[in-house]
Amino acid sequence: MKTYVVRRIAQGLIVLFVVSAAIFVIVHSAPGGPALLNQPDMDPTVAKEMRQSLGLDDPIPVQYARWLRNALTGHFGKSYQHSIATADLMVARIPNTLLLSGTALVLAVLLALPLGTISAVYRYSWLDYLATVVAFAGVSIPVFWLGILMIILFSVTLGWLPSAGMVTIGTAFSVGDLLVHLVMPAVVLATFPLAQLTRYVRASMVDVLAQDYIRTARAKGLPEAALLGRHALRNALIPMLTVLGVLTPRLLGGAVITETIFAWPGLGRLAVDAAITRDYPVIMGVTLLVSAFVVVSNLVTDLLYGVVDPRITLQ
Amino acid sequence: MSGPPVRSILYLWRRFRRNRLAVLALAYLALVHVVAVAAPLLAPYDPDAMDLLDQFAPPSREHWLGTDETGRDVLARIIVGARTSLAVGLAAMTLAIVIGITLGGVSGLCGGGVDAVIMRITDGMLTVPTFFLALLVLAVFGSNTVNVVLVIGATGWMVVARVVRAEILRTMPQDFIVASRALGVGALRLLTRHLLPQALPSLIVAATLGVAYAVLTESALSYLGLGVQPPTPTWGNMLTGAQHYVWKRPILAVYPGAVIMLTVLSYNALGDALSDTLDPRHAGT
Repeated sequence: MKTYVVRRIAQGLIVLFVVSAAIFVIVHSAPGGPALLNQPDMDPTVAKEMRQSLGLDDPIPVQYARWLRNALTGHFGKSYQHSIATADLMVARIPNTLLLSGTALVLAVLLALPLGTISAVYRYSWLDYLATVVAFAGVSIPVFWLGILMIILFSVTLGWLPSAGMVTIGTAFSVGDLLVHLVMPAVVLATFPLAQLTRYVRASMVDVLAQDYIRTARAKGLPEAALLGRHALRNALIPMLTVLGVLTPRLLGGAVITETIFAWPGLGRLAVDAAITRDYPVIMGVTLLVSAFVVVSNLVTDLLYGVVDPRITLQ
Repeated sequence: MSGPPVRSILYLWRRFRRNRLAVLALAYLALVHVVAVAAPLLAPYDPDAMDLLDQFAPPSREHWLGTDETGRDVLARIIVGARTSLAVGLAAMTLAIVIGITLGGVSGLCGGGVDAVIMRITDGMLTVPTFFLALLVLAVFGSNTVNVVLVIGATGWMVVARVVRAEILRTMPQDFIVASRALGVGALRLLTRHLLPQALPSLIVAATLGVAYAVLTESALSYLGLGVQPPTPTWGNMLTGAQHYVWKRPILAVYPGAVIMLTVLSYNALGDALSDTLDPRHAGT
């Protein structure tokens, strides 16, 4: 167990190291160096001074080592666009993205469990077909289109929900106001994981329900609810953990789009704005931060796997 | 154990035909691809022709789907947009397949350390948030059609690599491969003549699902403003324009999204049906 944990942590660190190197190499292979120095109205002598002060004349590995050392201590450089530290920009937006993605994930799991279970128990019934069709549509619908359709329905037509932002501008902060703004983005972001998870819960439950111990439990007269909840679902949940690990990067990719549709001030929208304005320190910082988050969450789900299921010995 | 039994096209079609949804999907896809190829002949107007006196026109005999914020014909833009969206989707999928076959092939044939390294890279690519890396690459190298294809291809090959490697490992111990190797058949010939044909059913399924992924990703990137740039119409960047005017003419946002969804849904449905049809393990179900 201990060696497994150590090895998984080492693997995670290697992935992060490779990602950070990739990020750095991509940005530094930009034609003509960082865009900051490509502005036509910049005085050549100023540009030269900036090159030196930014250390852009050093060999790439030296620059990379310096950048990585700074990044590890939370220094990602100053944003070209906002003239403040990238770290401060990111810190302000981390809670917003966590709130949105966390709500979406909880929503997806809470809905996928009953949907998948019903599908598996009443296999090949109309309920099962309905759930399958919905799940199928859920993986195919473009996130941004779903978001716009919801804005058309709930903001433009019905006027029930706000179409953008986290709070109503000009009013005092209240939890109710935040929740009203959170509803649509969270539902939109939850759609893809919900659809995926429902398919997995169904498949997993179908497997478990065919096991001998379920037949035994039924034979001894256990009520169906207790059978499903206590015996079947618990075992069906174990494979879900790995799925959650795989879903995290997709969820954060979806957050980029969702935050852009609903003008939600999170890391994803920060990344898009930075990409459009070529604000390299910011997009490098966000990509590295998000990668680190994903690697850590994968590590946690992997380790939980062994804790949740004692039959599995991690090696 | 020999390979899967040889099946005639007719037999496969009979099996496939039983899946109504997949047949519908195939019909829709055929239509969209014909429209895309024949777009210049079919588009009723120049998709970029503006008419500022005829903005936000409702559907009429002249403009079947109305006009957008600069008076451009929406139907013409959707038809011409089909070209770009599908071309990007198919090109990106092709690139993903080529990368996947190369890496999966090398991994499966070489084994050992090479295999381990390639598979760790594949695992790594599946666990990092590639969408953010895609944004970074497009920011650095510029958002244009070619770069979008490269980015989607470079982030979509992992499943193909795994499939090819798995099929090679499954096929390698079989007698006809052992015999070929004993006869001194080279690695490349072994791969292209003997191993890849075995992997073909799985590859076709992966390719079909890959187009769905590519079309969806292209439209997402174009929607964000980092994909194919206006005025070239794609279904994704049409939505960006439409969202600005969602309070004025909400219907403009419905059309492009609907065709994206139908296309992605059809490719997914086709992929699922093909996997049922082609996979011998599903035979008789």
